[in-house]
Amino acid sequence: MAERSFAHEVRKLRTGAGDTLSGEGILAVTKALLQSGVAYVGGYQGAPISHLMDVLGDAHEILEELGVYFENSASEATAAAMLAASVNYPLRGAVTFKSTVGTNVASDALANLSSGGVRGGALVIVGEDYGEGSSIMQERSHAFAMKSQMWLLDPRPNIEAIVNAVEAGFELSEASSTPVMLQLRLRSCHLYGSFTAKDNVRPPMTVKDAVENPSRQLDRIVLPPASFLHEKEKIEDRWPAAVEYITSHGLNEVLGAGTSDVGIIVQGGVYNTLNRAMELLGVSDAYGNTQVPTYVMNVTYPVVDAEILDFVADKRAVLLLEEGQPDYIEQNLNAILRRAGSDVALHGKDLLPVAGEYTATVVTQALHAFLSKYLPGTVAERPALLLPHSDPGSPFAPRVEASVVRTRPPGLCTGCPERPIFSALKLAEKETGKKHHVSADIGCHLFAINEPFNLGATTMGYGLGSAGAAALNSKDADRRTVAVMGDGGFWHNGLTSGVGNAVFNQSDQLLLVVDNAYSAATGGQDVLSSRADSALRSTKHPIEKAVRGIGVTWARTVTNTYKIGELKDLFVKALTTKEPGPKVIVAQSECQLNKQRREKPQRAKAIKEGKRVVKERFGVDADTCTGDHACIRVSGCPSLSIKANPDPMRTDPVATVLDSCVGCGVCGANAHAASLCPSFYRSDLVFNPTWRDRTLAWLRARWIGALSLGVERRADRFEPAEVN
Amino acid sequence: MSSWSSGRRPITIAILAMGGEGGGVLADWIVAVGENAGYHSQNTSVAGVAQRTGATVYYVELYPGGRSQGDDVRREPVLSLFPTPGEVDIVIASELMEAGRAIQRGFSTPDRTTLIASTNRVYSMDEKLALGDGRVDSNTLLEAAHAGAKHFIGADFMELALAARSVISASLFGALAGSGALPFDRTGFEDAIRASGKGVDASLAAFAAGYDAAQRPAPLPLPAAPTPASGGPVAVTIGLSRPVDPAEEAATAAEKRREEQAVRDPGALVGAALQHAAARVTADFPAPARSMLLHGVVRTAVYQDTRYTDAYLDRVARFAAVERPDGPARLTTEAARHIALWMCYQDTIQVAQQKIRRRRLDGVRTEAKAAPGQLLNVREYLHPQVEEIADTLPTALGRWVAGSAWFGKAVGRLTRNGMIVNTTGIIGFTMLWAMAMFRPLRPRSLRFGREQAAIDAWLDQALAAAAIDYDLACEIVECQRVLKGYGATHQHGTESFAILLAEAAALAGRPDAAATLVRLRDAALADEDGSALQQARAELASGAPVPELSPVA
Repeated sequence: MAERSFAHEVRKLRTGAGDTLSGEGILAVTKALLQSGVAYVGGYQGAPISHLMDVLGDAHEILEELGVYFENSASEATAAAMLAASVNYPLRGAVTFKSTVGTNVASDALANLSSGGVRGGALVIVGEDYGEGSSIMQERSHAFAMKSQMWLLDPRPNIEAIVNAVEAGFELSEASSTPVMLQLRLRSCHLYGSFTAKDNVRPPMTVKDAVENPSRQLDRIVLPPASFLHEKEKIEDRWPAAVEYITSHGLNEVLGAGTSDVGIIVQGGVYNTLNRAMELLGVSDAYGNTQVPTYVMNVTYPVVDAEILDFVADKRAVLLLEEGQPDYIEQNLNAILRRAGSDVALHGKDLLPVAGEYTATVVTQALHAFLSKYLPGTVAERPALLLPHSDPGSPFAPRVEASVVRTRPPGLCTGCPERPIFSALKLAEKETGKKHHVSADIGCHLFAINEPFNLGATTMGYGLGSAGAAALNSKDADRRTVAVMGDGGFWHNGLTSGVGNAVFNQSDQLLLVVDNAYSAATGGQDVLSSRADSALRSTKHPIEKAVRGIGVTWARTVTNTYKIGELKDLFVKALTTKEPGPKVIVAQSECQLNKQRREKPQRAKAIKEGKRVVKERFGVDADTCTGDHACIRVSGCPSLSIKANPDPMRTDPVATVLDSCVGCGVCGANAHAASLCPSFYRSDLVFNPTWRDRTLAWLRARWIGALSLGVERRADRFEPAEVN
Repeated sequence: MSSWSSGRRPITIAILAMGGEGGGVLADWIVAVGENAGYHSQNTSVAGVAQRTGATVYYVELYPGGRSQGDDVRREPVLSLFPTPGEVDIVIASELMEAGRAIQRGFSTPDRTTLIASTNRVYSMDEKLALGDGRVDSNTLLEAAHAGAKHFIGADFMELALAARSVISASLFGALAGSGALPFDRTGFEDAIRASGKGVDASLAAFAAGYDAAQRPAPLPLPAAPTPASGGPVAVTIGLSRPVDPAEEAATAAEKRREEQAVRDPGALVGAALQHAAARVTADFPAPARSMLLHGVVRTAVYQDTRYTDAYLDRVARFAAVERPDGPARLTTEAARHIALWMCYQDTIQVAQQKIRRRRLDGVRTEAKAAPGQLLNVREYLHPQVEEIADTLPTALGRWVAGSAWFGKAVGRLTRNGMIVNTTGIIGFTMLWAMAMFRPLRPRSLRFGREQAAIDAWLDQALAAAAIDYDLACEIVECQRVLKGYGATHQHGTESFAILLAEAAALAGRPDAAATLVRLRDAALADEDGSALQQARAELASGAPVPELSPVA
């Protein structure tokens, strides 16, 4: 595991009925699953739902007590296919992954699952990563719900509402024989709040019961003619059943009914932002007492026609807040209104931005425009953000010169073992005198596209680094293409989609597999090649063995990426060898974040216990550094920075190593491999020295003292008493 | 109703930090304080799981009172997940540029916000990459912090945290408590730290330091620098950024005192063996240049010997002879600076001498936070090249070595992968000491002859220019700045330097010669492959004005 314990969170999962549980949204969902009598859970980690997987991974005792099966799925497709257990058996199952990247991977399985339908409640919890802070392309989960006809819940960002949505999701799924997607937006996953817990529930039927009583229904298997039948069922049976459940259980809410003849329709996930905008305009308060009727769609698919028509019946105009594009809901509402011959004016993307996150600013602006047109009397307030930017009262009035605020994208951590890999690749390119097309992948290694490495031209998806280079393979070219993949992506699908494909098609590419012992970018989850022992999973399956197993003949594993010189030589060899077929380099060193998390407390403990401990860090001699920053351009370590030149004669800042240095050795190795400069040194601070240390130190001090006497005396003749 | 504007609203707090700085812990502490005081508390973030060092926003809302008592739509207050521009009560920024970002995004506003910002800089990648000085002007950020907040609390909270062996989240939490912007007493804050149970003592110490710092006024931006043409003493600046933190301010003050002393009592600024040189500085050089000259006097003597110092003063004297009277003596000062820097070029002898100096080894101890008497070993990462070794040897021998395939191979094998030398060990120290002892032989080395000839050529060109264009002469002198680094970097600098001098010769006589040379020099310092300089030259050749370099892209 990630060498990080979630014991604290796990304890919270035992909270009993009536007690208050406080925590992040994602923890609340985990608890809600156990309260709902879930029988099995799976998923693939990824922001923002990694935490859910991590907590469940550490909660195996509770899960065993309840008879709940849990696994870390190999991919989102694996996770989605796992829900097949709910097709024939009344088992409640839940899987989770990051959307929309995970939903894309899972969509084959989701389509088949939705076609046959389910008997037990099947819940797909997607952590939607849309808007600021997202690390993926901006797409909507909504499309997947529509195309496979799965119901989509988008609860208000409120812990209690989210917990209720999990329970309602299972019931809705069972009532309509349809899998349900629960969409958790990025900020909702990390939302802190509390709710009143219920007892955990042992599933009425466990996975064990199902395995021992196998059952099948031919008409649930996706093969004609059953698949034609499913298509009819979806419309004639499952949809009406879902609408009936949604309506009778009041999953969607109407607030402020009858207060006005205009209204607002909002996705549940955007509700809090809407209420804040209404507060700013003076038409609602902190407890949601709105003066403008509001229809909150906690279920965004299917849209319930009758509820919409009922809501607009007494209105002149409504404003729809639908985040993201395409505007699926707006199109749907237009169709519903037109079919019903309604003449209510529907506003949406005409007043709001078509794309992008619906922040308080854009929602307030749109709402102000809408209310000013239809209810000019009600807008009581005019928040500063509505002022033009040129107005000195505007929060956006220019108060800071734009050029002094630079972007600060995420990068590799201090001590990251991937930094020396890219330093070495950069140096290898310098040595061979050739630049290469580099096909990047998803993972921390993608940060190499930025300064100072500038390596990587495309990223096509998780594990697709090698496949992304497939076409750029030419017998006549004077160089080969470089592809990058992480160990996470490799096991996710890269072994087959990339390596197998390259072997089969006799690709000449160089594939670099960055193996840092975990699926590190998602929080340090174990993968097959993890080198730690795991009580619950089978690890230590080497990547090199796997690639040789499917036909790669030129494969090398480097076990210490910090030896930049050796790695550079290996890159040069791999880039120039005449051997046909893909060349694979597996570059191994443990993720520093996980390593430090594990070793820092151990080291502190050892020092306390009186054991000999050496603490290493690097430094730069300001006298010797000439301020050219070549070291930074080949490394980019956050701990390697600059400072004002202490030398009064020189003006350019010198390089400096910050206290955050973990002594990984990249600075020194780079200074050597790139023949940089003699300014770098490593200081080894010894705690609890042995008698041998002390004797040696005594001897050294005498010798050095004697030799430096002359040096210092000579300097004293020239230097003033107090050196400036 | 209008409850928002009448004050029925949450306290809103945005934290702008970089991933891995503990912004999440800080947000959690704030929530804990709020909850204990009976506030309904919510926090959100969009922190990627392990995406370190990127700029991140954490957001907290605290609503007074808990659940609804009356007949409300919601039992809990509906809180926002975003900071709303113009509506944020407290902004906490872990660093000065992040404070600038908070203002740029409209989170910190002068009508409402208490801005608590650490005044230290964590440089962004593009500030660090430049060959010269790519730092943005901290003073501009400080000005913005004052203008963009109702109440600005600024101090180096990073320094305070490090002094307490803690992290910046703790000192910022202390500053939040000390700011009085939240209606909770100090013990409430400290209880939150205690309840979290990790590194409590260190956190509390950093908290206390932050709390106290919040009581002191924030550092003020410096007034705009006086224009150099105004006469009077030259404003001392460190780098391109005017000082904002106490350490840099102290350095500026010390430099000012030194300038006065250089005029009043120059002998005190050099050692006993250099008194004659100090006397010569007073006799032959304009007052504003003397501090710099005395630096150069000491440097050249330690580097080589007093004869070398005499040669140095002879060289600078040629500039003093053409100096403008009664001015800031820019030409002489810059000549004093750059001639000394070039004359003390970094060869293996000089590096060895720097490495074995006692004050250097003491400095390493301080940086490593070694306790008095604690054992510390220092290992150098050296990578001498064949050419560098040949350069250090007496001319004839150096020529032979540089041309010898056998020697090249032998040394190459030895140094190919670099060496790690333990300066605190007997063998390592002795090696470096022996290298430094080569100093008397330096004047007979291959490189020495080469460098002196190049220096004289450069000075001749600058002096020739001085006869017709004083400013151009100054800029030619300053071109020495591009000569930096070792190995390939130094080679690149030497090439850029040659190009700049050739361009300077062609520019002489043009009214915009000095300004154009400045731009070309900035271009030379913009990148390592010389493309910016090439482009600037091409534009110059085509007759277009060389555009001022925009901030590093």
